[in-house]
Amino acid sequence: MSLSPYPSTLRPAALLKTLGPLLALAFVWGLFFVFGNRAIGSAEGIESIVQQTVVIGIAAIGMTFIIISAGIDLSIGSCIALCSVVAAKAAIAGHGPAWVISATLLAGIMAGLAIGMLVVYVRLIPFITTLGTLLILRGFALGLANSQAINAQEISWLRFWLNSLPENLKWLVIPPGGWLMIFLAALATGILRYTVFGRQVFAVGSNEQTARLCGVAVDRIKLLVYMIGGAFAGLSGLMLVSYQGQGDPTGATGYELDIIASVVIGGASLNGGVGSVFGSLIGALVMTVIRTGCTLNGIDESTTRIITGTIIVTAVVVDRLRRRAD
Amino acid sequence: MSDGPAGGLRLEMRAIRKSFGTQAALDGVSLKVRAGEVHAIVGENGAGKSTLMKVLSGAHQPDGGQMWLDGTPYAPAHPQEARQRGVGMIYQELSIAPHLSVAENISLGREPRRGILLDRAALRSRAQSTLAELGHGQIDVDAPAGGLSISQQQIVEIARSLAMGCRVIVFDEPTSSLAQADVQRLYALIDNLSRRGLAVIYISHFLEEVRRLATRLTVLRDGRSIAVHEVDQVGDAQIVAEMVGRDIQDLYPRSVRKKGAVALEAILPDIGPITLHYGEILGLCGLVGAGRSEILQALFGLELKKDARIRKDGHTVGPGPRHSWAARLGFVSENRKEEGLALSLSIGDNVCLPALGKLGRLGFLSPARRRQNTGQWIQQLDIRCQSADQNIGNLSGGNQQKAAFARLLEADCEILLLDEPTRGIDIAAKAKIYATIDRLVTDPLQPRAIIMVSSYLPELLGVCDRIAVVRRGKIGHPYPVAETSSEQLMKEATRLS
Repeated sequence: MSLSPYPSTLRPAALLKTLGPLLALAFVWGLFFVFGNRAIGSAEGIESIVQQTVVIGIAAIGMTFIIISAGIDLSIGSCIALCSVVAAKAAIAGHGPAWVISATLLAGIMAGLAIGMLVVYVRLIPFITTLGTLLILRGFALGLANSQAINAQEISWLRFWLNSLPENLKWLVIPPGGWLMIFLAALATGILRYTVFGRQVFAVGSNEQTARLCGVAVDRIKLLVYMIGGAFAGLSGLMLVSYQGQGDPTGATGYELDIIASVVIGGASLNGGVGSVFGSLIGALVMTVIRTGCTLNGIDESTTRIITGTIIVTAVVVDRLRRRAD
Repeated sequence: MSDGPAGGLRLEMRAIRKSFGTQAALDGVSLKVRAGEVHAIVGENGAGKSTLMKVLSGAHQPDGGQMWLDGTPYAPAHPQEARQRGVGMIYQELSIAPHLSVAENISLGREPRRGILLDRAALRSRAQSTLAELGHGQIDVDAPAGGLSISQQQIVEIARSLAMGCRVIVFDEPTSSLAQADVQRLYALIDNLSRRGLAVIYISHFLEEVRRLATRLTVLRDGRSIAVHEVDQVGDAQIVAEMVGRDIQDLYPRSVRKKGAVALEAILPDIGPITLHYGEILGLCGLVGAGRSEILQALFGLELKKDARIRKDGHTVGPGPRHSWAARLGFVSENRKEEGLALSLSIGDNVCLPALGKLGRLGFLSPARRRQNTGQWIQQLDIRCQSADQNIGNLSGGNQQKAAFARLLEADCEILLLDEPTRGIDIAAKAKIYATIDRLVTDPLQPRAIIMVSSYLPELLGVCDRIAVVRRGKIGHPYPVAETSSEQLMKEATRLS
């Protein structure tokens, strides 16, 4: 019997599967570019798309780990808001970048650890657990900020990440936060593909019983996955402060749906065991391009929502047809 | 109950062809089934049995060929039409609505009405009379069907086909999930159906079953009908040869076994002591539910038993699967799909999962190493696939099982715990697994020790060195294979008290 010498990811069918979300992105963007306002292809248009994608995109990287492990985190929006408050408070209290970043990440990781412990030790299902933490974390955010947005306009090192590029840095093309997102995605892809931990995350999500039978420490993997999700939510909170110039305890409301939709559009299965970090980023871009395109072309809010929802449903249907064809 | 002359031709399929893409699943199958006969269809996995039955039941439309039912052309466009014409299917996976009552399930889709209202009285009496006809009038027609045992649910499904006036009933491996006593009841029920003049088509892997039930059989191979036999005029060897397309001279190879040092000593409370040597295969037999699988799970640490003491090479093995793998103790689960394999992952991921650390250092791993290590087992065990990166869910059952087996080899296991290692796989894959087991246990450099659980006694007698009976959770005294017989083992397994 002859075995193909190439990794299966390089064969045409598999390549198409990987490129599927990218084609969808090109299609949506091209549609707006050709038939609508050309501004979506301008430097400002692209910069704006990236600015709006980074908060969702970075959180979607963490969510990809969670969804591949067959979990879900509905409280990620609340977690991002809490982290944005922590970041803004620490920054205006005069702490330096290292301190602020550590405190923010720690807040996110602790939230993830709490969710993980409820899922692992109390054996609650993630959907219900995180429906609860969605309220709890939002409550913490409001309490910590006294229900007021915390102004951090003046913290220049924070603003730097997602502000418009100054003239001398135009060669970067997109804001540094966009490059950070791409770097983190590459790192996460490497972890999922080239480490024992990464393959164990896939195994737990694909079939928990099999993973247990094969000696995988299932509980530890689940805890780690939610902590990773929290860490990325922390970074996402930092980016939110950078973009909006404030830590807003009522911010990021509803982001959980955009983030989960990004991961699913990117090819992950909510049943676990399947998913790709770059797919999730492209999913996040698809959502932003639709919003930006609709805004630029004067399409009203109600129609924009209907279009976005239709795209999500279509993506899932297409994905199912693709799987059936396998 | 059924029209048409007894013994007349009930169903004829002629030169049926069906392709999926470029793959011909059926390449000219002909089948003639008489009224009042049980007609068996045998063939390896992938021979086209299920595709043929999907064509018959209207789930697939054939690309070529013709069908007749009682002399009139028959070409169902969908399963409902097939049922209306009188062709019913009993699949392995039952299609019971668990929350509806038995009576509602039996009339599902054809509920008796009075005006626009459901006629409850007619619904119940129809169910009662049909079940009584089948000799199972004791089943409560008002009980929710989901609360019945698997075998009773199967009877409800058969009653549904009968109540709809089916003339042909197809059984697809119906005994695979039943205990022995229920199997006997099902046999009696099938005899009953054929006496009523129905045509029964029976798909099975087990030749013993075919001999017990069928009058004639058709052999399928590679999408073609190879031969039709009267069951009492053909030998097993010929049927097997026709199924695999070559002679399998010796299904159970047995090299010279040399019993070595003690490999495993276990004391399991309430179960009994187990001693296993290198170079030997210990078989565990018993009825379904006797606790055979639980013994392997306890040895492997999947089920942690209090006060269990498991020693390998004189050293205590820690609790849980992780310690077992580290001690070179491996396990193949009887539930390949639910427990054994992660179906959405690649062959390589599945094979290497217990020993990912081998593929790199410091928590990193190399996909190239994974491909290379897995490729070696793919060659050695003849796993039919495109590459190690292929999704394991796309493989046939036999090849999946070989991959589950490869996992133990990749983890360098010295003791292999095999739970029904050949369940539901075709005969060629079985032969490969028997040969591999024999090779492992007689390996001159590293003879392994194996415990194998099976419901199939000929297999245990063919493969093992010693066989012990498990009854009511306890393990009996192991007999050397030469000093026992299937009669003796069966007697001990079914002994009361």
